[in-house]
Amino acid sequence: MRAFTYQRATSAVEAATAAQRTPGARFIAGGTNLLDLMKLEIETPGHLVDVNDLGFDRIDATPGGGLRVGALVRNTDLAADPRVRRDYGVLSRALLAGASGQLRNKATTAGNLLQRTRCAYFYDTNQPCNKRVPGSGCSAIGGASRQHAVIGVSAACIATHPSDMAVAMRLLDAGVETVRANGATRVIPIADFYRPPGDTPHIETVLEAGELITGVTLPPPLGGVHVYRKVRDRASYAFALVSVAAVVQPDGSGRVALGGVAHQPWRMAAADSQLAQGATAVAATLLAGARPTHDNAFKITLAERTLAAVLLDARDDVREHRSKQA
Amino acid sequence: MNDFSEIKISRRGLLKAGAALGSVPALGLAQTASGDTAAAAAAPVMAKVSFTVNGQLRQLEVDTRTTLLDVLRERLQLTGTKKGCDHGQCGACTILLDGRRINACLSLAVMHEGAQITTIEGLGTPARLHPMQAAFIRHDGYQCGYCTPGQICSAVAVLDEIKRGVPSHASASLTEQPLLSADEIRERMSGNLCRCGAYSNIVDAISEVGGQS
Repeated sequence: MRAFTYQRATSAVEAATAAQRTPGARFIAGGTNLLDLMKLEIETPGHLVDVNDLGFDRIDATPGGGLRVGALVRNTDLAADPRVRRDYGVLSRALLAGASGQLRNKATTAGNLLQRTRCAYFYDTNQPCNKRVPGSGCSAIGGASRQHAVIGVSAACIATHPSDMAVAMRLLDAGVETVRANGATRVIPIADFYRPPGDTPHIETVLEAGELITGVTLPPPLGGVHVYRKVRDRASYAFALVSVAAVVQPDGSGRVALGGVAHQPWRMAAADSQLAQGATAVAATLLAGARPTHDNAFKITLAERTLAAVLLDARDDVREHRSKQA
Repeated sequence: MNDFSEIKISRRGLLKAGAALGSVPALGLAQTASGDTAAAAAAPVMAKVSFTVNGQLRQLEVDTRTTLLDVLRERLQLTGTKKGCDHGQCGACTILLDGRRINACLSLAVMHEGAQITTIEGLGTPARLHPMQAAFIRHDGYQCGYCTPGQICSAVAVLDEIKRGVPSHASASLTEQPLLSADEIRERMSGNLCRCGAYSNIVDAISEVGGQS
């Protein structure tokens, strides 16, 4: 690990200002991803701004009937919050499907959104990687790419975003609240938060230099049946090959999002509107224009089949719910 | 003891600097205008931190890069906490931080001012074993024993999490009290790997202690 200076920020603007003014500075909260990358010298910040004292560790009801989740709320606490368990079950389920108990105790809401890809070539500093060293090339294209993205890819990068939580956040139309060094705040819809890889896969979000995430807003509860289904190489503590997040209403309408297939959670309004027509139609719309590799073409079939399983589960749950009410 | 630690750290520092210098040309990383490999030459930064470990206040000055794990093992000689992968994947370094289990390897010491830390040494002693330690012995929940301190710290926290009603991926319902089932224990313990494969005995040990409390 390279040497760095360390600062505990006492206000969000102080943190944002320090991060903007100090070249190579990074915020640190849980540190579970950043320290891993620093040990491998994939991340080499010269200055760390610790944001743990900023008080963004509450989950509050919003006037609009939703929730505001502080950026520092730990993954364990977000998954276990009674309001999240009752009204945003897909978010609890997605969080609980990710990482380990130890990691979830440290990992934060904002850090989860900003975690880096687990592409093996991004992690291997002996290999070219456009995300790690811009312009050096992509080793995954033509390499071992079983885990990689099948859609939204570019000629420069086929890495996936590894988060489960972000898939549920995308499904729920969450908003990402930020503050900048000049004190200006904004809410970025999560649909606009991640940048497609294009020629600059090292720039992953629309956040500006020094811009600090302060919280995530959730719109009012959707009702319906909430499902998060994750398919992976082992039953626990592994990243998704494919995951499906869904909220399905009693009338069969609803929304779906995929994880493990792209640089960001993958959702399309046109696919949501086809939910009543079944998994084949939904998958065809979601994955139209997919560019899988030889190694990961199975993800197209897997996504459709996982969608089918999720829609069946949801229909059963709706029926069960109705029979309980009757 | 302290002198020995200092020698070890400086030897490590030398090795680190050598490795970094050696890798720079190969990686083609940016150099400064003068051609120096500035990053490799960056001087260590020291910082003070104090926290409580197993009931004892510890005041330290550490290189900012030092993980909580390395402080416990190399500075405080609490070598019960083990370094396995050093990347949060194996769970051998699991400790309790303010009562919650974390990977000590993925945490910087300087970030824990005022924290309460419990390691395996603080859970029990050879003369007064923690019930979980006694159960691991009774059920033969290990072979080589390297992952065991992490398994035991994790297991103690798992029972607390179930008691507090924290759900898991294995919980059928998000809103009902989770069960103390083998499925629940296996899922909740998935962040602790055991190369010897003592898993079934570990589950038995945890089930027994959970059933008693």
